[in-house]
Amino acid sequence: MKYDLVVIGGGPAGLAAAHAAWEDGCKSICILERDKELGGILNQCIHNGFGLHFFKEELTGPEYAGRFIEMLRSTGVEVKTDAMVLDVTHDKQVHVVSAASGYEVLDAQSVVLAMGCRERTRGAIAIPGTRPAGVFTAGAAQRYLNIEGYMVGKRVVILGSGDIGLIMARRMTLEGAKVLACVELMPYSGGLTRNIVQCLNDFDIPLYLSHTITDIQGRDRVERVTVSQIDNKRQPIPGTEMVFDCDTVLLSVGLIPENELSRATGLEMDARTNGPVVYENMETSIPGVFACGNVVHVHDLVDFVTAESQRAGHAAAAYCAGQVAASTVIKPISAGNGVGYTVPQHIRMDAVTDAVSLFFRVRAVYRDAKIVITDETGAQIAAFAREHLAPGEMESIKLPRVLLDKVQGALTVSIEEGK
Amino acid sequence: MTELICITCPKGCHLTVDEENGFAVTGNACPRGEAYGKNELQHPVRVVTSTVRLTGGAAPRLPVKTDKPLPKDKVFDCMALLDAVVAAAPVKVGDVLLANICGTDVNIVATKNA
Repeated sequence: MKYDLVVIGGGPAGLAAAHAAWEDGCKSICILERDKELGGILNQCIHNGFGLHFFKEELTGPEYAGRFIEMLRSTGVEVKTDAMVLDVTHDKQVHVVSAASGYEVLDAQSVVLAMGCRERTRGAIAIPGTRPAGVFTAGAAQRYLNIEGYMVGKRVVILGSGDIGLIMARRMTLEGAKVLACVELMPYSGGLTRNIVQCLNDFDIPLYLSHTITDIQGRDRVERVTVSQIDNKRQPIPGTEMVFDCDTVLLSVGLIPENELSRATGLEMDARTNGPVVYENMETSIPGVFACGNVVHVHDLVDFVTAESQRAGHAAAAYCAGQVAASTVIKPISAGNGVGYTVPQHIRMDAVTDAVSLFFRVRAVYRDAKIVITDETGAQIAAFAREHLAPGEMESIKLPRVLLDKVQGALTVSIEEGK
Repeated sequence: MTELICITCPKGCHLTVDEENGFAVTGNACPRGEAYGKNELQHPVRVVTSTVRLTGGAAPRLPVKTDKPLPKDKVFDCMALLDAVVAAAPVKVGDVLLANICGTDVNIVATKNA
């Protein structure tokens, strides 16, 4: 089978990319989704708070996904669910296996990678203790509870204050569980402030910052965990141990972009994001292969995934129409003081029309700080004041073309403290 | 004066509410923050999202929400009501599954087609 565009992943990123490409006149599109239905992780995110930026109203996850699924229904975009992509070759052949069609090789002119991300597990953070049942990633527990209809535990300790952990603290409480504590290694929360308020404070669930689980005990099922305060070298402080009798531990300790396919394809990767290196239009190091959403960098808000994925979809449609982004002047962007990474990592000046948006995360909490853009000569190109910056909240700035034209060589994004 | 963090959107504005001056709100970036600040100290409300049993669908559970925010002290009463609700496919987004709950004008509606 031949397609102009094959989209790998039918979550919010893939749905938005496919829809944007269709609107631009790309009429031969196939979405490949490994689950039974479209929508991705939104299907299990039954809470509200989605869509305020994009739809200008507050939606639940299934509603947000449903809007895009409806929008696609009126197009000719083909969808294969229960379809697992095994390989994407350098010349854009997509190898896919499904119960309905067996093993197929799809010839694509352009590919959008929208595989999303995965949760870090207990193994990734090496919590000491026995290995009983009852230790779940927060997202796995969310799926059990919200989609399959299984209550995963009665007395719960949550490790990590990422948004999924906080959302699950509220969800488990509403369903009758007792959430004893949320334990965070860092001195600040990894989740959005509003989630601390409405998921922990609303239910008097204590948040222990600069603490971690130092032991999990239980024979068949989790029976208790030990929580210790840590010092500034992240070592447990003896004498600070607290023991919680619980049957369940939920882990919300970070998300990792899922890039087995990208790596096998040979895309240039960014060790800081764990995602592919992308240009201003979300094109990767292989022309015609684009990436968007959590596979590129982990987002906080689906609205921003949608916006980024629409750019990828528009760019893929342009590529299929023969408009290949020229790359005569490339400006690399580097992460300076206080900045963890930037997306995109490169800007092709010829492709920039009016402005480029840069997305990044800071490495610490700042009050009254400035985001500063400098070039290779050290000259300051722009500065943006921010009252509050935190690693848990993705930042973005918009650089107009007129400013970019002044840049000598590479750009650096850094944080300066003080007003 | 009470300090609050707005939960209306992910921005999380730090609000200050002055109870002695008609619950005047400062620190909000948009009108939703002002409304939240005023309400939160006088009669706090929350949208409840959960699931109910589903028969005849692809999945055993159907996601639902309250179509309007519910008084915060009625959240657990609402959860108890949902235990008895059984939705039968086909269901469409927005279908009312339980009307006027807890003596309010708030309805439980489906948030997914099934």
